Amino acid sequence: MGWFNIYAAVYNEEHKSIFSLNMQYGKQVMFIGISLAVALVILFVDGKFFATFSFWIYGFMILLLIATIFIGAEIKGSHSWIRLGGGFSLQPAELSKFAVCLALARYLSNVNIKMEKLQTRLVCAAIICLPVVIILLQNETGMALVYTALVMVLYREGLPGGFLLLGFSVLVLFILSIVIEQKAIIFSIIGIVAAVVFFFFGKRRFRRLIGITVVAIAAVGFTLSVNYIFTKVLKPHQSIRITALLGKIDPSQMKEAKKGVLYNVNQSKIAIGSGGALGKGWLKGTQTKYDFVPEQDTDFIFCTVGEEWGFIGTTTVLLLFMFLILRIIFLAERQKSPFTRVYAYGVASIIFFHLLVNVGMTLGLMPVIGIPLPFFSYGGSSLLSFTILLFILLRLDSYRMQIL
Amino acid sequence: MNQLGSRRYLIGGIVVAVVLLYIARLFYIQIVDDKYKIMAVNQAIRRIVDYPPRGVVYDRYGKQLLVANQAAYDLMVVPNQVKNCDTLELCRLLNITTVEFVDRFKRLKKQNPATYQPAIFEAQLSGRAYAALQEKLYDFEGFYVQSRTIRNYPKGIGAHLLGYVGEVNERIIEKNPYYLMGDYIGLSGIEKSYEEPLRGIRGVRHIEKDVFNRERAPFANGKFDTLGVAGVDLISSIDLDLQEYGEKLMKNKIGSIVAIEPATGEILALVSSPTYDPNLLVGHEFSKNYRKLELDSAKPLFNRALMAMYPPGSTFKLINALVGLQDGTLFPETRYGCNRGFSMGGVHVGCHAHASPLDLLGAITTSCNGYFCNVFRNQVEHYKPSEAGYRKWREYIMSFGLGARLPCDLPNELKGNVPSAEYYNKMYGKGRWRGLSVISLGIGQGEMLLTPLQMANMCATLANRGYYYLPHAIKKIGNQTVGQYDPRFGKKNYTKVERKNFDIVVAAMGNVMTNGTGRIAQIDSIKLGGKTGTAQNPHGKDHSIFICFGPLDNPKIAVAVYVENAGFGATWAAPIASLMIEKYLKKKIKRVDLEKRMMEGKVLPVYEKVKKKVIPTDE
Repeated sequence: MGWFNIYAAVYNEEHKSIFSLNMQYGKQVMFIGISLAVALVILFVDGKFFATFSFWIYGFMILLLIATIFIGAEIKGSHSWIRLGGGFSLQPAELSKFAVCLALARYLSNVNIKMEKLQTRLVCAAIICLPVVIILLQNETGMALVYTALVMVLYREGLPGGFLLLGFSVLVLFILSIVIEQKAIIFSIIGIVAAVVFFFFGKRRFRRLIGITVVAIAAVGFTLSVNYIFTKVLKPHQSIRITALLGKIDPSQMKEAKKGVLYNVNQSKIAIGSGGALGKGWLKGTQTKYDFVPEQDTDFIFCTVGEEWGFIGTTTVLLLFMFLILRIIFLAERQKSPFTRVYAYGVASIIFFHLLVNVGMTLGLMPVIGIPLPFFSYGGSSLLSFTILLFILLRLDSYRMQIL
Repeated sequence: MNQLGSRRYLIGGIVVAVVLLYIARLFYIQIVDDKYKIMAVNQAIRRIVDYPPRGVVYDRYGKQLLVANQAAYDLMVVPNQVKNCDTLELCRLLNITTVEFVDRFKRLKKQNPATYQPAIFEAQLSGRAYAALQEKLYDFEGFYVQSRTIRNYPKGIGAHLLGYVGEVNERIIEKNPYYLMGDYIGLSGIEKSYEEPLRGIRGVRHIEKDVFNRERAPFANGKFDTLGVAGVDLISSIDLDLQEYGEKLMKNKIGSIVAIEPATGEILALVSSPTYDPNLLVGHEFSKNYRKLELDSAKPLFNRALMAMYPPGSTFKLINALVGLQDGTLFPETRYGCNRGFSMGGVHVGCHAHASPLDLLGAITTSCNGYFCNVFRNQVEHYKPSEAGYRKWREYIMSFGLGARLPCDLPNELKGNVPSAEYYNKMYGKGRWRGLSVISLGIGQGEMLLTPLQMANMCATLANRGYYYLPHAIKKIGNQTVGQYDPRFGKKNYTKVERKNFDIVVAAMGNVMTNGTGRIAQIDSIKLGGKTGTAQNPHGKDHSIFICFGPLDNPKIAVAVYVENAGFGATWAAPIASLMIEKYLKKKIKRVDLEKRMMEGKVLPVYEKVKKKVIPTDE
């Protein structure tokens, strides 16, 4: 049962050793200790506790998040850290993940809840969006984005696939409107898609025609607003990261970007690429050891794996994460209690989102969004957060045995 | 619920798809594409070359330095690493314009399109620039200073002999993979022929550097590093004072002096005039000065001692005498008449007024053309057909180290020319020529061409009475003698002529100095043996030639002197040769007037016409 934990722990050890030259080494060992202690506590807590007190925990976390905006110290431009003294600080935004999962699980496990109801959907959205808004106010965009992963949970619990499709379409439109400068082309694409949908899938009813037209017009409107969103809503460094990723960067900005925004991604690719098939060996990485890759111990930790352990290492790590996530999904599906299932899906989707974005950005496939790689990146809050997420799941899973 | 349960597969599928996509991407970045590996090496590892000091060269007594070293600092650049360079500041430090700065980058890129390889940006920085740069270097990403030693020629003499060192070009790199862009290599003279011992072995260190361009640690614990091996010091055979003296004597004249120690083949002095200060071809002024020298119409870069080919003129009569004596076609008592020359079958070779008929001693003493035309014709036509006689003659000649590279230990030596029988067959048709046809060979004219080095070696062979050592300018390479380094130089080479015949000719050479054409070059305290020569020059005034050795009975030095367009051998070449011998053997010149006249004399037909001087005593 605890095989993934052991694996996680082993990898913890491993990445710790990689940084044995850094001062973070000692701290991280301590974080592991704390995390294990918390894990132990969780395993001794009665399984029902989490279901019962999930809303309380959620409420407490929300309060903590709000408090953080005011008492939080400013680190790298965001107000998401609470200083604990002794040089340590806590990031409540990390910890709130499990609380949101619990609350969502608690709400959806209610017998009367049906995903088909608009009210249910709205409440779910509220549970998710409340912390997101607060975290956004803390200026931690990356962390806030993590919660979008919970859409996957809602989908599993009955949210129509149309919503996923809608989200996907919006994303495609967003990218298209950046990549293609002539709006007319996008409009015609929208028109063609609408027509295809109408003639092939629709029942050619009048109402449907109207519906499709409305959606199409909304799409046109969205396209037109992308520019505005892009320049006004997103911060400059965020928009340039996206344009850079899509290869639409202005050549005049290219040189600047290479030094600045693109530097991380470029260095990250160099580090990973230089690892080759077998890697340079433990502690032999020149790119990561000499600070060529920024944030290499936190968000760009995957570069260290790539450089020192090569393709074998990176593939192993990715496959382990994949098995971990699939394993959690498997665990989720065998639950009798919907509470545990929803919670498990929450855990799986959060881990997946972290993996998707974190590894994606080191490979230059995702925009640079500062979120850590679970169990790898340096940082107490992250480690603690994922430990809690996993161990509550373990506890709930073993609780399933008890009620059998 | 079951319906919803199946959604797990879609969710799981997305997870698997993303992971597989990432793995595919990783496969591309880490295994397929080499770009990142190269970039990583370039940005994280600096290759530092330790150039061991090049070996120095001492004079023959191991006391004074002919070639020394001085420290120099090169500003290196890795073009593709140059980022955000404060061009103005760098230009100010280097004292160049920004236009020049940009030009240099273009030039570097043209020379070597691989911009990740280091190249010399500014060779041999001045001390001031180095001090200023050293402090600010961290500001100039992509630049670093590499120290190395460069050459220094304390006396500024022996340019042709010592040669020069320059940067390798692509052709050299292609031929010899040891060299890398920016390396230095001996390009001529001793620097070239002893390149390997002199240069030592380059050491390479690989240093990891961090994002701030600071050096951090040896790469891979120095696994790929190599330790430099210092160059070996050489002891040359050059007598520094003699060399310097020779250059002074040849000032304002075109030609060359080669002095050899007959007993060993060691070159004591090798002068090619006009010469230049070897220090001109050191450091960052190299290209500028080289171009200047290259354009000079007097061709100072041309090593006349090894590369100029002249007819040996009358000096060659000695060799013809030896061949005749050895082959039994000539005896000391043989007399030939000479009535102002040699006339036979429509061929006429002129001669000057002297008593007639003469025996061999008299003929050598007075340098009779008629006599030696007969000697040569007799030698060749003694055999039937004449071609066989010629071939036999040529064999003898070649045994003196003529008509082929000797070789000496200096580069670019030319062969001279002793025409082959085939050459004449082609010219006249097989069987349609005889001794008379090529009669000018008898007096060292015609197609016969020798280099001054070959002449000097010929003189040393006469001094040795029958053998020679290959001439060489280096005595010791580190602890090795030159004979151990290259066995060819430790070996006696015998001619095909016996010693007893040499004794006859050498005695005549002594007579030349006391009673003959070489009287002007006599030294009261030293008995010499010599022979004048005047090489006909179709392009202008004849070349003045003299070969000479001394002391006659215990030769210590053999000298060959050529002075271009200077007329009779006795006019310029003979006094110069004899002053060289006096300088070497006595260290002090007694004939101050002669010395003064030689040193101050100008024979530069290129620049000015010299009035023909009438000297009473020559052929």
